[in-house]
Amino acid sequence: MKVKIKSALLAAAALLALSDAARADDATIRLGAAVSLTGKYSSNGAYTRNGYDLAVRRINEGGGVKVAGKTYKLSILYYDDESSPARGAQLAERLIQQDGVKYLLGPYSSGLAEAMAPVTEKYGVPMVEANGAAISLFRKGYKYLFAVLTTTDQYLKGAVELAAASAPDSKKLKVAMAFENDPFSQDVRAGVSDDAKRFGMKVVVDDKLPPELNDMSATLTKVKLLKPDLLIVSGHEKGAATAVRQIADQRVNVPMLAMTHCDSAQIAEKLGKIAEYTLCGAQWAASLTYSDTLFGKASDYAALYQKTYNEAAPYQAAESSAAVQVFADAFARAGSLDPKAVRDALSKTDIKTFYGPIKFDETGKNVAKPTVILQVQDGKYVVVYPEKWAEAKLRTPTPTWDKR
Amino acid sequence: MFDNILLLVQNPSFALDVVLNGMLVGAIFALAAYGMSLVWGVLNIVNIVQGELVMLGGFITFALVEHGVPALVSLPLACAAMFVVGWGLYRTVIFRVVDKDLFISILATFGLSIVIQQLTNTVFGSDVRSVDTGMGSFYMLDGNVTVAWIKVVAFALALVTGFALWLFLRHARLGQAIRATAQNPRAAHILGIDTDRVYALTYGLNAALCGAAGSLAVMAWTIHPYIGLPYTVRSFMIVVVAGLGNVGGVVAAGLGLGALENMAGFVLGAEYQIAFVFTLMVLILIWRNWRASRRRTYLS
Repeated sequence: MKVKIKSALLAAAALLALSDAARADDATIRLGAAVSLTGKYSSNGAYTRNGYDLAVRRINEGGGVKVAGKTYKLSILYYDDESSPARGAQLAERLIQQDGVKYLLGPYSSGLAEAMAPVTEKYGVPMVEANGAAISLFRKGYKYLFAVLTTTDQYLKGAVELAAASAPDSKKLKVAMAFENDPFSQDVRAGVSDDAKRFGMKVVVDDKLPPELNDMSATLTKVKLLKPDLLIVSGHEKGAATAVRQIADQRVNVPMLAMTHCDSAQIAEKLGKIAEYTLCGAQWAASLTYSDTLFGKASDYAALYQKTYNEAAPYQAAESSAAVQVFADAFARAGSLDPKAVRDALSKTDIKTFYGPIKFDETGKNVAKPTVILQVQDGKYVVVYPEKWAEAKLRTPTPTWDKR
Repeated sequence: MFDNILLLVQNPSFALDVVLNGMLVGAIFALAAYGMSLVWGVLNIVNIVQGELVMLGGFITFALVEHGVPALVSLPLACAAMFVVGWGLYRTVIFRVVDKDLFISILATFGLSIVIQQLTNTVFGSDVRSVDTGMGSFYMLDGNVTVAWIKVVAFALALVTGFALWLFLRHARLGQAIRATAQNPRAAHILGIDTDRVYALTYGLNAALCGAAGSLAVMAWTIHPYIGLPYTVRSFMIVVVAGLGNVGGVVAAGLGLGALENMAGFVLGAEYQIAFVFTLMVLILIWRNWRASRRRTYLS
C-alpha cells in the first residue's frame, strides 16, 4: 500500500513537472540541430553552433520573435552527429520523433545535409541549413530544405572572370585544375569548367585529388611544365594548406592561384608570406557592407563574434547566424507555428542580412547572394571581387618566386 | 595519358623532379615501415595504429614548435616522447594481444587508432597543421627540379636510421635479443631473455620511428588527426613488398614505391595514384606467391 501511494505521488510530481515544462515551452520556440562537435568536422561544427547560438541570444535579448501577437523566445536542442552522415540521419529522426522538434537547423557539410534532408522531408519538418552548398542537394526536389549560402558551383566563378578580365584575350588563357574527388569540390569544378568553356579558355590540367591527399607534387610538376595562367585548387582546408605549402616548396610560378577554404585553413595566418596573392572563394567576409537591424553591419557581427568567442568570425559562423534569422523572419510572417505554414513563409523569404541578401528559388537555394573572392594582401584577406564590394584592387599577376 | 608521357620524354629534367620528389616521400614512408616491419616480425602484430603514431609524432612536433622549440630540435624530442607513448601502449594494451590470434591484434590496434584519432582531435582540433622549418628549397636545372631541404633531411635521416637499425639488430645485445625473440620467443625466454621487456622496447622503438616520420611529415607536408590511414597502408605495403626483417628491402621498397607512385600520379592523373600503388601491390603478391609455389615444386 505504502509503495503504491509513494509511486502515485511520484507520478503526480512527474506530471506537475511535465506541465511546468509545457508551460515554459509555450513561450519558447524550440529548434533542433545536429552538428559535428566531434570527428573530422569538429572545428567547423563548433563555428556552426557558435553562429546559431549568437543569433538566438541576440534575438532573445531583443525580446524574441512575435508570432500572431504573441512573443516567443528561441532555443536550440543540439546533438553531436560525430561528423557521420549515418548518425546525422538518426539524430534528425530522433529530434523529430522523440523530442518533438518541429523546425531544424542544418548540420555542417553537404554530406551531412544530404543524409538528413530525406528525414526532414519525410516528416514535413522545415530545415534551414547554412553549411551545405553542394548543388546536388537542390536537384532532388526537396520542399522543406532551404539554404542561406550560395551553392558550390558559384564558388570560384569569380576567379575565372578575374583571370579573363585581366588578360587581353581570354581565349589564349590556360587553366589548370586540381580538385579533390568529393562531391563538394567536384561541384566547384563543374562551375569552373563551365565558365572556362564560356571564355574559351583551355584546360591543360584536370586532376582529381584523392580525399586522403597530403602531397600534390605530381600535379604541381605538371603545372610547372604546362605553365597555365590560372591554377584552381579545391580540397577543403587540407587541400588549401597543402597547395600553398607545396607551390612555394616547388617554386611553381603561376600568375593566378585561386582556391576554396583558404580563409578557414588560415593560410595567411599560418603559412605567412607564401600565401600572398592567393585568391579565395568565400561565402562572406567581415568587410562587406551588408547590414541588418539585428546585428548591424557585417563588421559589427565580426566584432560581436570576436568579443563573444575570442576568435575571428569565420564565414561558417556568419551563415549559421543568418539561418536563425531566416527562421525568425519566417515565424513572424507565417503568423503561426504550424510547420507547413512556416515552410510556406520560408519559401517567400526575401530579406537583407549582415550576411547578404537571402531569397530562395523553388529548389530552396539562395539565389540573391553572390560569392566573393578574397585575395591575401599583406597578410590580410581583402575583397577583390565582385567589383561592387571590392575593398582593394586585385594584385596580378603574381610575381615569380625569384622576385618574391 | 600519352600526352603526359610525351611531356616527360621531352622534358627529362621534369621527370627527374617527379622521381626525386617521389623518392623523398618514400623515405618518410620507409621510416614508418621499419617500425611496422619490426613489430610484425617480433610481436607478430599487424600494427594498424601505425599511421596514428606517425600523426601523433607530427602533432608533438607541432606543439613543441608552437612553444618556441626549433623545428629540427623537436624531432628527437618527438621521438623520445613517442618512445614513451609506445612503451605505455604496450604496457596497457598490446601485451594482452601478443600471443593472440592475428584477428584480435588487428582489432585491438584498430581500436587504438580510433582512440588516438579522437583524442588528438579533442586536444588539437581537426585543423590542418604544418610547421615551417625556414630551410627553403634548392633548385637545379633552371629551377625545373626543386626539392625542399627538409625532404632531403628526411631522406638522409631515413637512410641513416635504416643503417643504424641494421647495425643495432646485428650487433647490439638488445638487437640480438630482439632477433632471438623474433625467431623463437619460447626458446629465447628459456635462454634467459626477458621477452616481455623485449616486446615493450620493440614497440617503443617502433613508436619512436613513427615519431620521426610524423615529425618530418609535419615539416615537409601537412597533418591533421585523420591523416593516419595512408601511412598505415603504405607501411603495410612496403613491408609486404620488402619482406619481414629486411631493412635494406624496406628502404628500397619505400623509395621505389614513392617514385613509382609519384610518376603514376603524373602520368595517369592524381586520381589513379593510389589505385596504381594498390594494383602494384597485388601484382607483387601474386608474383611472390607464384615464385614461392614454383620453388616448392622444385624442392619436392
